[in-house]
Amino acid sequence: MSAVPAASFRDAELAFGHRTLWSGLNLEIEPGEYVAVLGGNGTGKTSLLRVLLGLQPLSSGTVHVAGQAVRRGSAEIGYVPQQRAFDDRTPLRGRDLVGLGIDGHRWGPRILGRKAHRERVNTLVERVGALEYADAPIGQLSGGEQQRLRVAQALAMDPSLLLFDEALLSLDLHRQSQLAQLVAEQRDRTGAAVFFVTHDVNPIIDDVDRVLYLANGSFRVGTPAEVLRSDVLSELYGARVEVMNVAGRVLVVGAEIVDHCHPPTTPEEVTR
Amino acid sequence: MSWEMVIDEVFVFERYGDLLVLLQNSIWAGALIGLVGGLIGTFVMMRDMAFSVHGIAELSFAGGAIALLIGSDLVTGSLMGSIIAAVIIGIVGAQSRESNSVVGVLMPFGLGVGILALALYQGRSSNRFALLTGQIVSVNDVQLVSMAVLSAVVMAGLLIIWRPLSFASTDPFVAQARGLPVRTLSIVFMLLLGVAVALSVQIIGALLVLALLISPAAAAMNFSASPVKIVVLSVVFAETAMVGGILLALGGALPISPYVTTISFLIWVVSWVARRRRRSRGRAVVSESGSGDHSTTGSAPGRTVTVAGN
Repeated sequence: MSAVPAASFRDAELAFGHRTLWSGLNLEIEPGEYVAVLGGNGTGKTSLLRVLLGLQPLSSGTVHVAGQAVRRGSAEIGYVPQQRAFDDRTPLRGRDLVGLGIDGHRWGPRILGRKAHRERVNTLVERVGALEYADAPIGQLSGGEQQRLRVAQALAMDPSLLLFDEALLSLDLHRQSQLAQLVAEQRDRTGAAVFFVTHDVNPIIDDVDRVLYLANGSFRVGTPAEVLRSDVLSELYGARVEVMNVAGRVLVVGAEIVDHCHPPTTPEEVTR
Repeated sequence: MSWEMVIDEVFVFERYGDLLVLLQNSIWAGALIGLVGGLIGTFVMMRDMAFSVHGIAELSFAGGAIALLIGSDLVTGSLMGSIIAAVIIGIVGAQSRESNSVVGVLMPFGLGVGILALALYQGRSSNRFALLTGQIVSVNDVQLVSMAVLSAVVMAGLLIIWRPLSFASTDPFVAQARGLPVRTLSIVFMLLLGVAVALSVQIIGALLVLALLISPAAAAMNFSASPVKIVVLSVVFAETAMVGGILLALGGALPISPYVTTISFLIWVVSWVARRRRRSRGRAVVSESGSGDHSTTGSAPGRTVTVAGN
């Protein structure tokens, strides 16, 4: 298989004014590879996703998705955002949310091909095991159910790259592990690469192939065992950071203090 | 005034057939803005912009009143007023926190300017408050044609941006990730809304525009979460209120707005009660059975979904 990388960064740098979030980023993500993006607030995790989505230009370097230069609205990318509570009255059912992932970007109302559309939605909904509540108003579903539907929405275009932006945040532990399992299943089934931004690697740590750890204007890439080590992260942070394995969970102690020393200017907030 | 006299004043059906013919333009005009209001109202609700609509209506009133004062065309005046307001709100960002304060500032200013213009106006006094509270304007053929053209513009515009606007309104983050021009869509929508509001102000008056642009869509949303059903119901409710209101108001000397607002309020009350009853069935919520969507999946309609954590 002459694999075109699902995504590749070459000498990529992102800076806002004087602040360099990361630079010298060379990273190739193979098809089907699962990469966790870790780091504190304001280290440019979400900006990294925005770069891949074509919403944020790099300061320098290049970035490709599925062998092509990034552009807005690429059908190669599926995107799952952080769960935000839908208003109780949001005029959508679960299936409509998924349907928007299929053709929500097209102009005009959906007049032709309604039957094919419905079948496609059903297939996607079934794939994530959400048939039971697909017809309920989205605002009445739990956060976990909404995120499941969002995964179906992201899979709508058969993307080769799936982006998750803190998709587990505000879910309880049980739902987190369910969703993590679903993501791993879909990765295996579709062969899509996964780029998972999270502040807590534990729910997905068994699925992850590599970790991209952003901190302090720099980064480390490697397998979880290579990166999530006290000496590696201490060097990255330039301060003493302790990585501990407690009851099967990885805890990074000390990093939160260093991260919070940065002024909380989140560039993604500014550009929105 | 005794109760009977009030009733006699409110419901007048003398020489109804003649009036029906005489005022058929008004009925057509009402049917047009019912259609436009019902359609665009669903997006107004989706984007949670009821307050902005009110602000636009007040500036539309000011524009109309100024046009009346300087002897210019009333429709053009109110159109200019509402488009200026819509663009200002659109630039500030209709969903931003700032927009509420901007609307809150624009609204009394618009009303004040409008009242000043009306106070200075020397013409027929019956025209004066029509812009605020509505009336059966004797819509002539030229006006009807211009209303039809503007309605067609709003509806064509809405149809073109229908899906992207639905996407951007309900799921802005993913819509942006999919490459949709969320901000441009928002401004285009505000322009269409401005035109729709100006149209409605002609017939129902600035103060009561919400009865046409909010209540029908809000009622529809109480009945369903299916986008198609909501649009259909919203238009049906808006037409019922608008055309029904005009038909009831035809015989008397009262403005049409009390009739329209009452019908649209009653529809909303029924929808609200229906929603409450649906939701209070224990801790479970019966989901929408969908528009036949189940047939392909083989799952049973009326399935019960338990809402966790509520």
